[in-house]
Amino acid sequence: MLGQFIETLIGGLLTGVLYALVALGFVLIFKASGVFNFAQGAMVLFAALAVARLAEIMPLPFAIAIAIAIMIALAYAIEFLVLRRLVNQEGIILFMATLGITYFLEGFGQTVWGSDIYKINLGIPREPIFLFQGVFPGGILLDREELLAALVCALLVAVLAVFFQVTRIGRALRAVADDHQAAQAVGIPLNYIWLIVWGVSGIVAIAAGMIWGSKLGVQFSISLVALKALPVLILGGLTSIPGAIVGGLIIGAGEKLAEVMLGPILIRWFDLAGGGIENWFAYVLALIFLLFRPQGLFGERIIERV
Amino acid sequence: MLYREAGQFKTSYASDAAIFPIAQDRWFVIGLLLFGFFILPLFANQYLYTEVLIPVLILSLAAIGLNILTGYCGQLSLGTGGFMAVGAYAAYNLMLRVPETNLILVLLFGGLMAMLVGVLFGIPSLRIKGFYLAVATLAAQFFIEWAFARVKWFTNYAPSGSVAVGQLEVFGVALDTPMKKYLFVLAMVALLALAAKNLVRSRLGRMWMAMRDMDIAAEIIGIRPLHAKLSAFAVSSFYIGIAGALWAFLRLGSWEPLAFDINRSFQILFMIIIGGLGSILGSFLGAAFIVLVPIFLNQFPGLLGISMSTALISHLEFMIFGAMIVFFLIVEPHGLARLWAIAKEKLRLWPFPY
Amino acid sequence: MRAPAATTVVGGEVLLSVQNISLAFGGVKALQDVSFDIRKGEVRAIIGPNGAGKTSMLNVINGFYQPQAGSITFKGVTRSHMRPYEAAHGGIARTFQNVALFRGMTALDNIMAGRTLKMRRGFFWQVLRLGPALQEEMEHRLRVEEIIDFLEIQAIRKVPVGRLPYGLQKRVELGRALAMEPDLLLLDEPMAGMNLEEKEDMSRFILDVNEHYGTTIALIEHDMGVVMDLSDRVVVLDHGAKIADATPDEVKRDQNVIDAYLGVAH
Repeated sequence: MLGQFIETLIGGLLTGVLYALVALGFVLIFKASGVFNFAQGAMVLFAALAVARLAEIMPLPFAIAIAIAIMIALAYAIEFLVLRRLVNQEGIILFMATLGITYFLEGFGQTVWGSDIYKINLGIPREPIFLFQGVFPGGILLDREELLAALVCALLVAVLAVFFQVTRIGRALRAVADDHQAAQAVGIPLNYIWLIVWGVSGIVAIAAGMIWGSKLGVQFSISLVALKALPVLILGGLTSIPGAIVGGLIIGAGEKLAEVMLGPILIRWFDLAGGGIENWFAYVLALIFLLFRPQGLFGERIIERV
Repeated sequence: MLYREAGQFKTSYASDAAIFPIAQDRWFVIGLLLFGFFILPLFANQYLYTEVLIPVLILSLAAIGLNILTGYCGQLSLGTGGFMAVGAYAAYNLMLRVPETNLILVLLFGGLMAMLVGVLFGIPSLRIKGFYLAVATLAAQFFIEWAFARVKWFTNYAPSGSVAVGQLEVFGVALDTPMKKYLFVLAMVALLALAAKNLVRSRLGRMWMAMRDMDIAAEIIGIRPLHAKLSAFAVSSFYIGIAGALWAFLRLGSWEPLAFDINRSFQILFMIIIGGLGSILGSFLGAAFIVLVPIFLNQFPGLLGISMSTALISHLEFMIFGAMIVFFLIVEPHGLARLWAIAKEKLRLWPFPY
Repeated sequence: MRAPAATTVVGGEVLLSVQNISLAFGGVKALQDVSFDIRKGEVRAIIGPNGAGKTSMLNVINGFYQPQAGSITFKGVTRSHMRPYEAAHGGIARTFQNVALFRGMTALDNIMAGRTLKMRRGFFWQVLRLGPALQEEMEHRLRVEEIIDFLEIQAIRKVPVGRLPYGLQKRVELGRALAMEPDLLLLDEPMAGMNLEEKEDMSRFILDVNEHYGTTIALIEHDMGVVMDLSDRVVVLDHGAKIADATPDEVKRDQNVIDAYLGVAH
């Protein structure tokens, strides 16, 4: 029983890492531009598909490099064609525009890259690792790919944290997020900054996409990816990098645990036809958070001035 | 010269505030209704009824509902599919368990249940706004979808998970042909649309718009946010619930929760964005657009002699919808309805440009 | 602290009085122990250098900000906390420095919105828009048209307010506040951003409202000429504290006030 709990927990945490990676992209863009770009999820998938398909005709490192270039171009196009023109609109208009972009990318991506499921071969051995075989019967199952995801994520977070806090560019990014005009007034070159932001988020998107793709195969399913990132962001706070990680972990673990542990109880009590708790668990959790702590665990409080 | 206001003087405030102040508009709508009820059935075929008219009408109703909440009151909701499902399943259960109930009452009951659920999920809107509220409505969507898929009582313990309604009849008339179904739907939608148009021009409508435009200022003139927001959720969900019941009963016949999933929510949202936020007419235009584009995409290449795979067509749909959304939000946030209004403005001056 | 100048008695009962109001945001003290009253039927100006806390004071009266200490007595009822719509229901109306109009609505609709409090007919009548609801709508439309005539904005009543020039927007906002038939009208810099002609018009409207409808008015204003001409009594705030409370002439001569405006350290 305990063994199952721990195994589910770890499995959930590792899925959570994937969510966190996607959410990280959102946070980066939001932190640097104040725009909540829902299309980020679709971009992750686009990136993953790009890598998957390109890798069929060229060595993986080349595929990744070209994919990064594509992502930057795509990000720039979105910024230029859409976001720049909606600068003065309220949040929900921007949000709906990025919904539109998501739909467009879904169609476009499948047109360009195809709509089957594609595998990315990262060269990771398939056999899982078994831990603690002495303590629990059969040991605890760990997927190597998920471990890799966790490591990559941790690495990315560390690098980004350092980047934002310590380097000059990171400081410039924070300044831009705070106040575009003020940043320009002190001589920060906005266009250059945008490029960096989009580049970094593109790389994160590719990392997330590749790991996701390696584990599950890549296919466009926006509800799975982009929408799931929303509760993660609410839990963690829209502006917090550690928040995205923690939020992702909580959602990932919470979902799995609810499904495996809570599910059977609910099925018995209410005579349900099967589980599926994880379909709504994340969102209901986000709803509860919104009612009591809307800024999330690490976000900033929003004060309205009259 | 045709579309002129000169000579039409309003001699009372009542006529100025009438639903269609310009006489030509009034005639147009009356003409449209007459056309819809009496002339169209003379030459329409089954395809037109089942694939175009009935879907457009029913989805327009759902779009009106969402427009009330999002377009007029400014509360973004991604839970439309879920509320449609509540309407559909509530109506189904009533009809199942109390078979003698009049069809109209059954449909109204669906709306009523959807309204209750809508108000419940609307309560968070008192504390959260904008994009955050949208995520809260996602909770509604996914939870409701799950409930109807898993709680067996709702589907009457059907092993396949899908339910069906048999032959429908209203006031002794069997709705067995597409034409009869169409006329029934047209009547219901016309009445409900008229009610909606009255509502949005009334005190309640102004309260909603005030909340949308500046909720802080709305409070100063004495509007209670609770009342305004929950009433918007209530009315909106009522309409969406009836639309869901109509969709299930008269468009699908048999259905499963998948018919009301998150894609349905997006579809209705896109309808009101393209058609025009805050416009009843826009709800109709948007619904027509979204229903007709796939049909057009299916037929058009064949006409030109080009062949496209169905997969490609479906991808093109996504691309077109996405691009249209972005286009309208950037260029004309008030959607097709505003373009229509601009066209009318031009027509007012025609043929004199100045 | 300095003692406030002696107040000259102006006749009339007290409509609203604030007692010992203190308001702070985090470490910033917006208002410190402010007390004054507003008499029925008078025009009370609230003036002071920038950052003195004038808008915060209005916000407290209105119910937007809840003070940490102190209370407000309005029409004989004393409260320490009030929400904005309670203030509205009680008969307090308000305009804003930045014009808080409903941009998606026409001028007419904005002012009609101000009648919300007065409209009674319930939901179903509104849906049908026949009989009682229509009649009520028309009654209120009549009152609103009176206000539109009074403010001379007939030509723009169907224009969405977002498209109106600033001066006209301020007039529409005044109209909306008047539509509430308030006992107390709070005006936050009604003349801001106006040219001389517009100021004269607005001054005339404010005086008319006060004399014709008998509405008590409290206004924040920077233009000293306007303050002298319009107001019966003046309260002067500086750095959140009250430094003077008297008639315009007395305040003009008060050394504390002059020092505050000139920025003399105190």
